[in-house]
Amino acid sequence: MSDIVEKTLTALPGLFLQSQSASGPAAAKASFSSRLGGLVRGITALTSKHEEEKLIQQELNNLKATVSAPNTTLKMMKECMVRLIYCEMLGYDASFGYIHAIKLAQQGNLLEKRVGYLAVSLFLHESHELLLLLVNTVVKDLQSTNLVEVCMALTIVSQIFPREMIPAVLPLIEDKLQHSKEIIRRKAVLALYKFYLIAPNQVQHIHIKFRKALCDRDVGVMAASLHIYLKMIKENSSAYKDLTGSFVTILKQVVGGKLPVDFNYHSVPAPWLQIQLLRILGLLGKDDQRTSELMYDVLDESLRRAELNHNVTYAILFECVHTVYSIYPKSELLEKAAKCIGKFVLSPKINLKYLGLKALTYVIQQDPTLALQHQMTIIECLDHPDPIIKREVLGEYSYLLGKETPEEVITKLYKLLTSDSISSETKAWIIAAVTKLTPQAHSSNIVERLIQEFTTSLDTCLRQHAFELKHLHENVKFMKGLLPVDKSCEDMVVDASLSFLDGFVAEELSQGAAPYKPHHQRQEEKLSQEKVLSFEPYGLSFSSSGFSGRQSPAGISLGSDISGNSTDTGLKETNSLKLEGIKKLWGKEGYLPKKESKTGDETEALPVPQENIIMENVDQIITKKDQSQVLTQSKQEKEKQLLASSLFVGLGSESTINLLGKADTLSHKFRRKSKVKETKSGQTTTAQNMTRSSFSSSSNVTYEEDYYLDNLQDRGDKEVKKFSLNSELLDSESLTELPLVEKISNCRLSTPSLFADNNMEVFHPPQSTAASLANEISLASSLLEETTEHMHSDLMEVCDNETISVSSYKIWKDECLLMVWSVFNKSASELKSANLEIAPAENFKITEQPGCCLPVIEAESTKNFQYSVQMEKPFTEGNLSGFINYQVMDTHSVQLEFSVNLSLLDFIRPLKISTEDFGKLWLSFANDVKQNVKMSESQAALPSTLKALQQELRLHVVDIIGNEGLLACQLLPSNPCLLHFRVHGDMLALWFRSSCSTLPDYLLYQCQKVMEGS
Amino acid sequence: MIKAILIFNNHGKPRLSMFYQPYSEDTQWQIIRETFHLVSKRDENVCNFLEGGLLIGESDNKLIYRHYATLYFVFCVDSSESELGILDLIQVFVETLDKCFENVCELDLIFHVDKVPNILAEMVMGGMVLETNMNEIVTQIDAQNKLEKSEAALAGAPAQIFKSPIYNCIKKNKIPRNKFNQGGERPVL
Repeated sequence: MSDIVEKTLTALPGLFLQSQSASGPAAAKASFSSRLGGLVRGITALTSKHEEEKLIQQELNNLKATVSAPNTTLKMMKECMVRLIYCEMLGYDASFGYIHAIKLAQQGNLLEKRVGYLAVSLFLHESHELLLLLVNTVVKDLQSTNLVEVCMALTIVSQIFPREMIPAVLPLIEDKLQHSKEIIRRKAVLALYKFYLIAPNQVQHIHIKFRKALCDRDVGVMAASLHIYLKMIKENSSAYKDLTGSFVTILKQVVGGKLPVDFNYHSVPAPWLQIQLLRILGLLGKDDQRTSELMYDVLDESLRRAELNHNVTYAILFECVHTVYSIYPKSELLEKAAKCIGKFVLSPKINLKYLGLKALTYVIQQDPTLALQHQMTIIECLDHPDPIIKREVLGEYSYLLGKETPEEVITKLYKLLTSDSISSETKAWIIAAVTKLTPQAHSSNIVERLIQEFTTSLDTCLRQHAFELKHLHENVKFMKGLLPVDKSCEDMVVDASLSFLDGFVAEELSQGAAPYKPHHQRQEEKLSQEKVLSFEPYGLSFSSSGFSGRQSPAGISLGSDISGNSTDTGLKETNSLKLEGIKKLWGKEGYLPKKESKTGDETEALPVPQENIIMENVDQIITKKDQSQVLTQSKQEKEKQLLASSLFVGLGSESTINLLGKADTLSHKFRRKSKVKETKSGQTTTAQNMTRSSFSSSSNVTYEEDYYLDNLQDRGDKEVKKFSLNSELLDSESLTELPLVEKISNCRLSTPSLFADNNMEVFHPPQSTAASLANEISLASSLLEETTEHMHSDLMEVCDNETISVSSYKIWKDECLLMVWSVFNKSASELKSANLEIAPAENFKITEQPGCCLPVIEAESTKNFQYSVQMEKPFTEGNLSGFINYQVMDTHSVQLEFSVNLSLLDFIRPLKISTEDFGKLWLSFANDVKQNVKMSESQAALPSTLKALQQELRLHVVDIIGNEGLLACQLLPSNPCLLHFRVHGDMLALWFRSSCSTLPDYLLYQCQKVMEGS
Repeated sequence: MIKAILIFNNHGKPRLSMFYQPYSEDTQWQIIRETFHLVSKRDENVCNFLEGGLLIGESDNKLIYRHYATLYFVFCVDSSESELGILDLIQVFVETLDKCFENVCELDLIFHVDKVPNILAEMVMGGMVLETNMNEIVTQIDAQNKLEKSEAALAGAPAQIFKSPIYNCIKKNKIPRNKFNQGGERPVL
């Protein structure tokens, strides 16, 4: 806008020059006339309110000096007054000029006088003492022979005049009723009407003169007098019944086009006059059949003549309808009027629709069927964006019950409430309408249903209305008193200050209740709280104080590439700081942006596309946001990362991504941890330490991974090995108390590449107690290749007979669950046509991998059947059943059935995202579930909670901020779910969000199970 | 009866305020502010009537407004006035201004801060509709001007202010807002 102003300003000087040249010689005048221009220009050039104040104050000071200077001419005074008017209009006090305004009105020539009068009428209020000084001037001007002066006096009298001085001017004005000029007569009539309004008893005697005005030969004067009659008839219609005929005659003439064409407005004869007359007739004919009969004809003609060619015709028509329905009814007219209402209601013009609905509200009282005709329109209007329209519509419905029972109406409204197409604001209106109708209804089934339904509504406003209704409903007697029939409750006096509650408030406060906070304060608090709750994208907010007291598993992830050399750090001792394989965050050239590992292998590559998809979504969201915000965010993020990585090198999710890549370039090291098997009989606990081939490795990175991993499981198992950390590191992280615990893993460990960050621990399937050692050894050798790369469960025998034994295990691959059934041929002979089939299950998508039908299983050998399984929609647990059949000795076929239990958790994978991405995703997800879970004592700390969630649910720990944690996972194939949790005392506030609607619920359930179980 | 006639621009700056019922200065300001807030947030496609602004504390008062280019014309009336009638009256008023100032624009209202109320006074007097015939109003104004000029002998021809007509939109009852936003030819003060 500023450039527009500028253009205007540049244009101004020229304009003023123009005006000067046009205005001729008077230089003083020219300079003065440009003063206002100067002022305006000055004001528009300003940028702040404060500057404006300063400038205007300065201007007012100048004006003050000018107006009180003795040599100021009236001409100059007039200019000053114009500027004062301008200043006053902008809201500045110019009271020093009031007396000069009166003087100007008194002394000036016509032009000056006019400005003086105008200033007076704008500056002074009715009871201003200076106004008395004006009386003499007005009296003088009323007696003037100059018509303009008389007009000005009449105008000021009708605008502002001291009540007590009316007698001084009344006779003069009465005289003007006989003035030869109609404009004077007209103004005199209005001035008298004004007197009638402000001091009715002072003009009682002139009622007869009003009648003369009504019969004035000039239409304008007559029209002016109608104001008076409308007012007086409204107050007491019976006194003016005798005038009905006159009004009817006038209207007939007007409608019949007897007036001069001058009075036409868009070829409609004197529309405002018609409106006025119709209103008067409506008042006169009310409840009076005889009087009403006088006007039937003219009303009929009005309805007939109104050609809908202009807006103003509708105005007349509307008044006509109103009058027809006000007076003693005549069915023929009512019918016509009803048709007219249809034109309004159905009109696409919103103004007309509004009036149509308004008309319906009073028509309905006489003729509810008419409203029924327009029911559809009414309902459509219910959702009109204009709230005024809605209000009219609902008023409608409470009247509707004239014919229909309240129950029917409530039923209709209820139907509306349950329809989806209606906005919640409208619904609130509807409930309010139902509330009004309820006291008159006899049965209240629907009301009860409605209460039940909407007291749990998510919309606060709806809920409030529903609760109001509920409580009122409980006390029907009170409700009937509060919402009486045929009352719109408009006359109710409301104590807006709610002073009657003061006692209650004081009492509550004394009992320690929190004091009321005004809305804005709450808003501010909410905002600051929201920051804590991180609706914003999360930033890394490690702080040393927040970190030191926490036994975060992340804290055990040691080492980072401080030096920037990750390859040459060769062999190091197992329990010393490991530098290799950690993501390089900082190099010589500064911060290294996150990039995909070039050496990423298959397992690494797979999750990437999906992440990209998510990122794309996120991008869309970001673009909607303020770009700059994002920028500063990332800047802050960088700073935080800088801080974090300098403090806790190698922590967090980023470090692990690269770690994986590095680890894969190194030769894999397979280690088999000791395994505990507790037999159900509880006889012995056999521990086996089956160390698999340990490849010579140039790096011990996997060891380090193991420590990290194992630490997550420090459950105090029997066989623990304690490692002491490098003391240097311990000091730096204040974690001296935290031992690194190696825990027996009860799964076969493969490379750390499966769940790259190792934040996830192996899922614990029910242990098979049957598998024999020998069997296991032989099976172990036949484990699929994948098992060397992925986490997998133990072998579990699902069925067996004398010939074969079928075991199964799960391989939690990144992209799916791979079920492997190992069929061991115990017999000495080979089995033919072995075939394993899995029955199709409702919630699973099962894909047979090649090699499921084997012609032969050789003696004492194992064959594997693989199926990849995907979960199609989230659920907690499911069974996968199938059978195996084979032929022995080419003769008889044997079939064995088995089933395996699959849990949702089999399909949950950690989702490796950064804190920032978490924040973005969080905002983009619509489905959320919140729950507070009580933790058992052993868990009542963040680290243990985190641990449990990590282990049991395979959640990826994205970040830990104070006592809050962020975790992420995905349900295969690509349903991300985010968890935000917070620990307060022994309560754990869980908050899940996902793009999938049911996933949060299921995860919550699993979470609760974990919490209860451990 | 008309309680008040207000003209303010899109930013809420008052360009004319006539009150036909006595209010204290503070109340007047409150009314102007409140009216602006009520009216300015309304869409173009909703109706031109507003009920029950706390204006003046009377429940049967209505606001009837029209939006022309940069200006809002608001009439506050009681129940004795017809909504559609007033709506056309606003149209008459603006057309009259247009005749008097030749393509009236917001600047005219600023530089003729003394003349606009004068024109209005020929149409509405003390809150009552005095004259609805545009030609009649213009005739009255012209006659007055002539008298005043001859008396004052000051050829006070009104400044040919930089103008951008709202005339076209008056005719069509439409507001070509874009034009003003784009061109900058529209003086906005």
